[in-house]
Amino acid sequence: MNSHLPRALGGKIVTRPYKLLVGLFALAMLLIAWRMVAGLGATTAMNDGYPFGLWIAFDVVTGTALACGGYAMAILIYVFNKGKYHPLIRPAILTSALGYSIAGFSVAIDVGRPWLIWRVPVYGWRWNFNSALLEVALCIMAYVVVLWIELAPAFLEKWRNAPKPRLASIVGKTADRLDRLLPWIVALGVLLPTMHQSSLGTMMLLAGDKLHPLWNTPLLPLEFLVGCILMGYGAVTIESCLGSLLFKRRPETAMLAKLSFAAAVTLWLFVLIRLTDLIVRDQTEAMFAGDLYSTMLWLELCLLLIPGIAYFWPGVRTKIRHLFSGAVLVVLAGAIYRFDTYLVGYNPGNNWSYFPAVPEQLVTLGLVAFEVAAYVLIVKRFPILAGHSRAETA
Amino acid sequence: MSVSRRSALKAFAAAGGTIATSAVPLRADNEPRSVPADAVGMLYDATRCIGCKACVTACHEANQDLPDTRTPGMELYDAPTELNSRTRNIIKLHRSEYIDSYVKRQCMHCVDPACVGACMLGALQKRDFGIVTWDAPYCIGCRYCQVVCPFNVPAFEWESANPRIVKCELCVHRLREGLEPACCEVCPREAVIFGQYEDLLAEAHSRIVDRPDVYVDRVYGEHEVGGTQVLYLSHVPFEDLGFTRDSTEAVPSLQQSIQHGIYQGFVAPAALYALLGVVMFKNKRTNRVADSEADDE
Repeated sequence: MNSHLPRALGGKIVTRPYKLLVGLFALAMLLIAWRMVAGLGATTAMNDGYPFGLWIAFDVVTGTALACGGYAMAILIYVFNKGKYHPLIRPAILTSALGYSIAGFSVAIDVGRPWLIWRVPVYGWRWNFNSALLEVALCIMAYVVVLWIELAPAFLEKWRNAPKPRLASIVGKTADRLDRLLPWIVALGVLLPTMHQSSLGTMMLLAGDKLHPLWNTPLLPLEFLVGCILMGYGAVTIESCLGSLLFKRRPETAMLAKLSFAAAVTLWLFVLIRLTDLIVRDQTEAMFAGDLYSTMLWLELCLLLIPGIAYFWPGVRTKIRHLFSGAVLVVLAGAIYRFDTYLVGYNPGNNWSYFPAVPEQLVTLGLVAFEVAAYVLIVKRFPILAGHSRAETA
Repeated sequence: MSVSRRSALKAFAAAGGTIATSAVPLRADNEPRSVPADAVGMLYDATRCIGCKACVTACHEANQDLPDTRTPGMELYDAPTELNSRTRNIIKLHRSEYIDSYVKRQCMHCVDPACVGACMLGALQKRDFGIVTWDAPYCIGCRYCQVVCPFNVPAFEWESANPRIVKCELCVHRLREGLEPACCEVCPREAVIFGQYEDLLAEAHSRIVDRPDVYVDRVYGEHEVGGTQVLYLSHVPFEDLGFTRDSTEAVPSLQQSIQHGIYQGFVAPAALYALLGVVMFKNKRTNRVADSEADDE
């Protein structure tokens, strides 16, 4: 039974791909320094018509949804009490913690006056409760803290066995106290994403008719919420597959096959909500207009329908390869849906246009590289991934 | 395990119920907002404007904005093509099939502004005279106001490392000195005039009544996007002048009724949190029992 307990992978950290990742991150930091000195106009393609660009649409809106693995797994494990998925929770929380931290950092470089950000949580008397963005900002800040606390046991477990007895005893006491508090922290870890992921949808309702009717619906908050849970399951599956490939571990096929049931239910719920909404709002004409917008919509839907239908073939669910491709399609569909809501479906008129500038793209790339590098470092040094299942004799 | 799954479902159903019921009685301030009692505004009459752009220059001077010499090929001139961080007021020429017309664009000072609803710390607010103004210390430069403005008015200083949001504030600094907005003061044709909102609305309607053959029978801004304190008269259809927003509903009304519905009194999130906590506590205990039983085996 101990074989399922997470343990550090060990091994060399600074490999050649690792150096590449660090290099990309260093380049991003240089570009960020340039942005701080020269302003956003010199380093990005954003303009008065498209004030939200790649950093918001990808790093924040899509990135936090990709980082919803921790949320989606927490719902499954703690709310629906599916303890069998426990081996998946720690890596999921780690990706979430990294993803949300990167998203927060991206906001900090995207806003015009980052040195004033601290006022958003502190100036409570100024809070505008009508602002969906305020809610998103406060929730994301709080959730980053919650995620790292949820992950703390992984660090404490290692330091608990530290050679210095005093440190070990302090760590031990903290760990015990944390263990008692954990249900309430995990509950926060489910509440906060429920709030801000739906509010990310509510936010774009305020864009009014600048947002294309295929995405502009009062159900945006619900679609964003269901969408992020779906992407969360997808991200967990991808992460597990890549992890077993990269670190030469036995794939967690049986568990991922079972997880694909939860993903399929969420997927069909999303598709059903999306289609019902479009039909009820009488958007069939726009759905078949044959323009860019209808193409994007069908791209979203087809990417979902392929794994959605394939799920019903039992052979598909038992092959890790198919589970992986299905998860990729799902994550892609969810990402495109969010991109469409924030960029493609958004049209300010007046011939404004936007395509991310090279520095913008490189910053995003560098931050993703950082996330991967940090993940590799942490799983090699701290007990995150469940131990190999070879000792399954108990 | 099936027992706790049931309890989880119950928790979700209850939380959903809380959200649903709290969505029914909407907050009173979701009612359409009315024009403030002290509201001032401007009335622009496209039939009178000759496109001299004296107002554009006067606006620059009054607000101490730099001339906008950034238009490619026009570096010698203050020649903005769009409202931007140096241009709070612009005159545009709109060509249509039958007749050309100028149009002046600046902040419309909405009765229920989307930017004010969007702004996290209330940097943008309707302050004295119903004028929407920007207060630097409360702006972090998130630009959500730009995303939501139905007229694309707020401009961001893209070229600055310490950027501001720049927009027409109806020369509120001049109003305090007993002066008119600069654009209204210099207009040689009185194409744009300043006054109390009620007076301007009455004036607009009387002009239409006097010359129904000239004017389109509509005062733009009286009802559009829930009303604006800047009003427009025209001899060409308003769509031809770039006014494509027809809805009379204020932009924030839908979003706010949803937001308030879910978060009213913070009841639903608090209830959801309590339920989640209870479910998890219970699950943890049952797991511990299950674990120790498993160990006994």
